[in-house]
Amino acid sequence: MGMFILKRSGLMILTALCLTFVVFFLTNLYPNLEKLAKTEGNMRMSDEQVISWLDNRGYTQNVFKRYGEWLGIVPGFRHTDEEEGKITGRCIRTSNTPETAPNFCGVLQGDFGFSTVFKEPVSTIIGRRLGATGKLMLFAFLVMVPMALVIGILAGMREGSRTDRSLSTFAIATSATPEYVSGVILIAVFASSAFGLKWFKGTATSAVDDATFVNFTLPVLTIALYGVGYIARMTRASMAEVMTAQYIRTARLKGVSFANIVIKHALRNALIAPFTVIMLQFPFLLTGVVIVEILFNYKGFGWTLVQAAGNNDIELLLSCSIVAVIVVLVTQLISDIGYVFLNPRIRVS
Amino acid sequence: MTLSWIQIFGHMFAQFTPVFVSLIAVFIISIFLKRKLGLYGKLFDSVIGMFGFAIVMFWVFTAIFADAIITIQPLEQFSGMKNKVPGTPLVGVEDTWFLLGGDNLARDVFSRMVMGSRQVLIIAPAATTFAFMVGVTLGVPAGYYGGRYDTGMSFLANLVLSFPVILLFYLLVTPEIRETGIPIYLAAVLFLFPIVFFTILLNSRFYTQPKKRNLYVAMTLILGLWAYSGLAFNADPTGFFYMDPNLLNIFVAVVFVNSPTVFRIVRGLVLDIKTRDYVAAAQTRGEGPWYVMLWEILPNARGPLIVDFCLRIGYTTILLGTLGFFGLGVSPESPDWGSTINEGRKLLSIYPHPALPPAFALMSLVLGLNLLADGLREESLRD
Repeated sequence: MGMFILKRSGLMILTALCLTFVVFFLTNLYPNLEKLAKTEGNMRMSDEQVISWLDNRGYTQNVFKRYGEWLGIVPGFRHTDEEEGKITGRCIRTSNTPETAPNFCGVLQGDFGFSTVFKEPVSTIIGRRLGATGKLMLFAFLVMVPMALVIGILAGMREGSRTDRSLSTFAIATSATPEYVSGVILIAVFASSAFGLKWFKGTATSAVDDATFVNFTLPVLTIALYGVGYIARMTRASMAEVMTAQYIRTARLKGVSFANIVIKHALRNALIAPFTVIMLQFPFLLTGVVIVEILFNYKGFGWTLVQAAGNNDIELLLSCSIVAVIVVLVTQLISDIGYVFLNPRIRVS
Repeated sequence: MTLSWIQIFGHMFAQFTPVFVSLIAVFIISIFLKRKLGLYGKLFDSVIGMFGFAIVMFWVFTAIFADAIITIQPLEQFSGMKNKVPGTPLVGVEDTWFLLGGDNLARDVFSRMVMGSRQVLIIAPAATTFAFMVGVTLGVPAGYYGGRYDTGMSFLANLVLSFPVILLFYLLVTPEIRETGIPIYLAAVLFLFPIVFFTILLNSRFYTQPKKRNLYVAMTLILGLWAYSGLAFNADPTGFFYMDPNLLNIFVAVVFVNSPTVFRIVRGLVLDIKTRDYVAAAQTRGEGPWYVMLWEILPNARGPLIVDFCLRIGYTTILLGTLGFFGLGVSPESPDWGSTINEGRKLLSIYPHPALPPAFALMSLVLGLNLLADGLREESLRD
């Protein structure tokens, strides 16, 4: 088991390195840098001015060297202005002078860089926004998982019955409705003046600090609905399979009541497969979270990611992708390990 | 005079007449011949499958007859029609209404929704097909041979899959990326797979009959490379194959996102099927590895692959909508459903009518594809 986790962690680090390098490479392509220079400097810069702007900030160095600087294994870039003799550089911020600035400032030193859009250190932005998204995710999970499990179990315990048919159709319908469709429908029905049901609010901007039933219901519901269908279908399939097992038949012949069979005998075995699926939902939720945060203008992680990508804020975008990749890889690892714990018949090696 | 909802539905129903007629014709013919049509015929034994098929075909026929269905040109703007409610008559023209109202730029929502079906129904199946070609060509040998190639390819597939889709789209579908030519390089790689696939497929089958082999392979190569030059590099001398740079960018991104999943599915299926007796029999007969892979294993994996193909078209439709929703890669004029939803959502709490028709359209198409896949799965498991 220890060996397995070690191996997986190694693979995870390799994957994270590859992915961040790809993001780094794509965001540092020349047209992207040119756009950055023009938005940061001056829209009417000439080509030579763009190049010197980029040169002075170290953007024109070799991409591997810059990636190393970002990681913190290559000394940070420094530039001496010949006319004024002022030294500027990657590691030199307003808080320190060229003399006191550290040589290395990268992710390994805990320095995630400075956001060009929000004019703040990336780590504070990411920390705050992740908190907001964590809240959204938590509530979405609290709604989604119990709902999906109940639907799946009710549908799967009597396969082919009318309850099964209708609940399965509901599950298919929700998994066919992406967040931007269900969100739009929910807002139109529950928050617009056209239908007159103004129960909830169509924006969740205020929910970051103060989440109430009125401003937080629709975003949570929108995220939860898309995931419900998939988990419910998995639970149903697994439940239906367990209900045909021999030991269920034995229990029934013994005279155990149907409710007891479902709760005491079937449920434990039926929930192994959905567990993995629930864990693997995290990466999917990430996409959903981005859409929902944009749709409801909820300023969380997804909203930040879109702002960073739209404005080519390289360091913020890189940190966003690190977070996203870690979420994906850790959930994969947890789902693998959890599967082994729940199902003793499987050995990892 | 503004139409009531009953009249609006009546008018819409009338506009969709060619679609309903074709739909009924297809169903009558198919039910009549269902015992002769294999898996497709069996679909008509399952209510869910039939229902799904009806929805999918409804949109297919809508895309085909779109020119006849629309009431007003989708890009035309009319003064005074901005954000008008459904059923508002067009001033100065007899018997013409904005059946589902006007959008923020005073265009007809109904006609735009109908025209949008065309975009989706061309790109989604085509992109899915390409993703399948890539996934199959790489996944079958990975499952069959295993070893280092498999480890490497699986690592690459997992790498792409651990990217959040949105981030990948934001990186790959931008005007700046188009300047660097990366979409063209990606297209150059991805579009090569169908040619490679068909060449190997035909070569492994007919290499004992050189005459036939030469003819088939030459035909594939000529047709394939002709299309390839036009689609990837826009260098087709006759100009028959051509792809708009915007469209190419979207297409490549969607294929790129989808193919690793197909790869994993195909690899898993091959791992299972390669232990069967008929594969051992073919190997003992002395068949080449590619013959075994493409003519023994692949046809026997068709059931799950067809089901996944339907589901994946739905998923691709959702992805295209996502791209439109974020305003990536599509021209602002484009009537595709994702960007129409995106435009409509800005005024959603005051005027919900421009955003809802494309939303329901997209939802129903994906639902239809899911139901169709469910029906196919049920029927293919039955025997």
